[in-house]
Amino acid sequence: MAKTEIRMTGSGGQGVIMGTIIIAEAAYADGKQVVQCQAYGPEARGGSSKAETIVSDKRITYTKVIKPDLLLALTQVSLNKYVDCLKNKAIVVVDEDIVVPEEVEAIHTVYHLPILKGAEEVIKNKMSANIISVGVVNELLHVASQKSVEEAVLNHVPKGTEEVNLKALHYGAQLVQEAHK
Amino acid sequence: MPSKLIEKTMRVNRLPHIWCPGCGHGILMRDVAQAIENCGLDPDKVVIVSGIGCSSRAAGYMNYNTLHTTHGRAIAFATGVKLANPELNVIVITGDGDATAIGGNHLIHACRRNIDLTVIVFNNNIYGMTGGQYSPTTPHGEKGTTAPYGNIDYNFDIPQLAQAAGATFTGRCTAYHAQQAIKLIEAGIKHHGFSLIEGLSVCPTYYGRKNKKGDSVKMLSWQKDNAVDVKAAAKMTPEQLEGKILIGELSRVDNKEEYTDMYMKIIEKVGGDK
Amino acid sequence: MAKRFQLLQGNEACVEGAIAAGMRFYAGYPITPSTEIAERSALRLPQVGGKFIQMEDEIGGIAAALGASVAGLKAMTATSGPGFSLKQENIGYAAIAEIPIVIVDVQREGPSTGLPTSPSQGDLMQSKWGTHGDHPVIVISPSSVQECYTECVRAFNMAERFRVPVIFLMDEIIGHLREGCELIPPEELTISNRRIDRNFNGTLAYAVQEGNYVPEYAPFGEGDKFNVTGLFHDLDGFPTNDNNITDSQERRLLDKIRMRRDRIEKWEEFDCDDCETMIICFGGTARAVHGAIEDAKEMDFVKLGMFRPITVWPFPEEALLKIIKDNKHLRQIIVAEHNDGQMLLEVQRVVEGRVPVDFLGKIDGTTITPSEVIEKVKEVY
Repeated sequence: MAKTEIRMTGSGGQGVIMGTIIIAEAAYADGKQVVQCQAYGPEARGGSSKAETIVSDKRITYTKVIKPDLLLALTQVSLNKYVDCLKNKAIVVVDEDIVVPEEVEAIHTVYHLPILKGAEEVIKNKMSANIISVGVVNELLHVASQKSVEEAVLNHVPKGTEEVNLKALHYGAQLVQEAHK
Repeated sequence: MPSKLIEKTMRVNRLPHIWCPGCGHGILMRDVAQAIENCGLDPDKVVIVSGIGCSSRAAGYMNYNTLHTTHGRAIAFATGVKLANPELNVIVITGDGDATAIGGNHLIHACRRNIDLTVIVFNNNIYGMTGGQYSPTTPHGEKGTTAPYGNIDYNFDIPQLAQAAGATFTGRCTAYHAQQAIKLIEAGIKHHGFSLIEGLSVCPTYYGRKNKKGDSVKMLSWQKDNAVDVKAAAKMTPEQLEGKILIGELSRVDNKEEYTDMYMKIIEKVGGDK
Repeated sequence: MAKRFQLLQGNEACVEGAIAAGMRFYAGYPITPSTEIAERSALRLPQVGGKFIQMEDEIGGIAAALGASVAGLKAMTATSGPGFSLKQENIGYAAIAEIPIVIVDVQREGPSTGLPTSPSQGDLMQSKWGTHGDHPVIVISPSSVQECYTECVRAFNMAERFRVPVIFLMDEIIGHLREGCELIPPEELTISNRRIDRNFNGTLAYAVQEGNYVPEYAPFGEGDKFNVTGLFHDLDGFPTNDNNITDSQERRLLDKIRMRRDRIEKWEEFDCDDCETMIICFGGTARAVHGAIEDAKEMDFVKLGMFRPITVWPFPEEALLKIIKDNKHLRQIIVAEHNDGQMLLEVQRVVEGRVPVDFLGKIDGTTITPSEVIEKVKEVY
């Protein structure tokens, strides 16, 4: 596969860094080349958080995402901050309440998905928004096999939450499938 | 001719030492050596760690594994030695400036950890190596080359400081009371946990001269007249104790687990001992 | 049994490499962006029978690590800018007392507290000259997670072989980067241990035995009672004011590195034999330069090459001079680094005007990008 650049953004504590790690780990387990990195400020909670994963069949030299193939934003602030920097005809995933500028809707493929609401009301675990996001991203890009993503999720979630997080992962994929219908 | 003790415990070819005539450090160093002997320790398993200053030169004269480190850091180096190999008997010889000024942070944290080190502070109430500047134990109002108008700092009570920080053995001895000092240091070495012993030294060259304390004999006589054993002090009134200094074992806690013991348990628990 | 291939952060790979190299003691103090090194050491060391201690401050961290090394364990401490400044005095102590130790500095934007979470390479000169006095030092800088593992092994090997402090000069770019890492087991690696002599019994602890270039060593507690000091000392380890002894000791300390550069230097050359513009960089910056070289190939652009010191001190000057001599197409050198021109000074010193030397630097806490490299090449071509 060609080099695929993924950027996940949100506010600190939403787990977007972990989301990109899970995707990277899954793709790496499938034999792909990956890099993952993040930028963060002094806040452990709140503030804005940006994390990136690049997946490729070839060796990855430069470690940062330049123009993402996919931008996922869980907050309006993070969308505003990163929406100007996208690859041509990129995929933009935002939480359903986020307002996306019309010109962005015009050039890119935008998905408005109930990620935060789904975590709270369907999965009944606010902390699972990032895992839903992983499900969304992989359903859109298929950078890793389902089995590897599931294993990577299980490697990183707290004991006792395995089932709920796998449910979140599948829910993410389902959101995309429904949007495509 | 050096005595049998000196012959056995000192590097005789490194003597005479660099300390001034009348300095109390030589007596205290001998007390430490005698205490090590009395404990029956294998000299190969004894490590003397020191920092920088007059007191810290002691390490070089003593015939053990000796580590003369950087200013203030003796206790931190010693922590590494002890944790790396808990079988070693690690004794720190340090001074009032080395232990409580530049190295004060390491001192209180080693107390807090209750790591099995024996720290002996040769307290001469002054920075001797640099020529007589006031230290954290220079009494309030007295003089140093950097306190020409009298010292306005208040001084530390080192054993109290250590006790408050968590040391499980504290005591004080003087250069004059050699027999008591040897016994106290011995008890400190035998104590399984952090021991702090303040050894009151005398510095006739700087502290004494600057503050008109007289010669070494006079300064040692002052120790003789003003040090009260803690047991005797228990029977004395506050008035009688006015201006006196307490010597002997000042505090002791025996039921607090030692640091390296706890760490070895962690290793055992996670399987690293296999 | 740990998986051989893992997705790891640079900081984590550094710890795994250190443990593979034989590290059994870590002492340090938390500081961004190096903290993961302490965290993983705390987790991993007791599992292999090693010891971890979080000290009360940065100085205590290096001091305890040095104490452990004297007691015979391979030891490491890690920090970042402000902590690296605090550790300097004891780096000099390690140099004069010849105590092996690895000091990791994950560089962040400075000076002072600076930008704690942003990358920088501003400690390059400090890593060589940070402690006072002339002193030997080896500095190694990795530019991938894999190198965090393998080069950390080499850092330990150098420290043990030469009895010197080795600085493992990482940067935030690599420290926080996650990528694949092969955890090569120790039995497949070259591991150097300090040479132990248990028979000198304190007499000449600092004498160099025949056929060696550093004094052999005996850990405390095994019967060779000797003295270790930060004062200039004679072959017996005891302080001396003798100027002749001071001179010979100091020269031996410097020469043990200077005379053996061939065993210490390491660098990467990429298209250096026929490039027109050669970019010199180290650590995380190399990733952007590599990206630029790839982009240039697709663009039918100037032929670019990269020269990357992996051992940054001593600087691989002979290798650089050889490229300049052999590559007839070379018309420009650009030094790219995340500082105001530190390696630049060294390159200018070595190149001595044989080829024009230009500079691409960044000190705003963001990383140099491949397109910035390309722009710079265009500008100076």
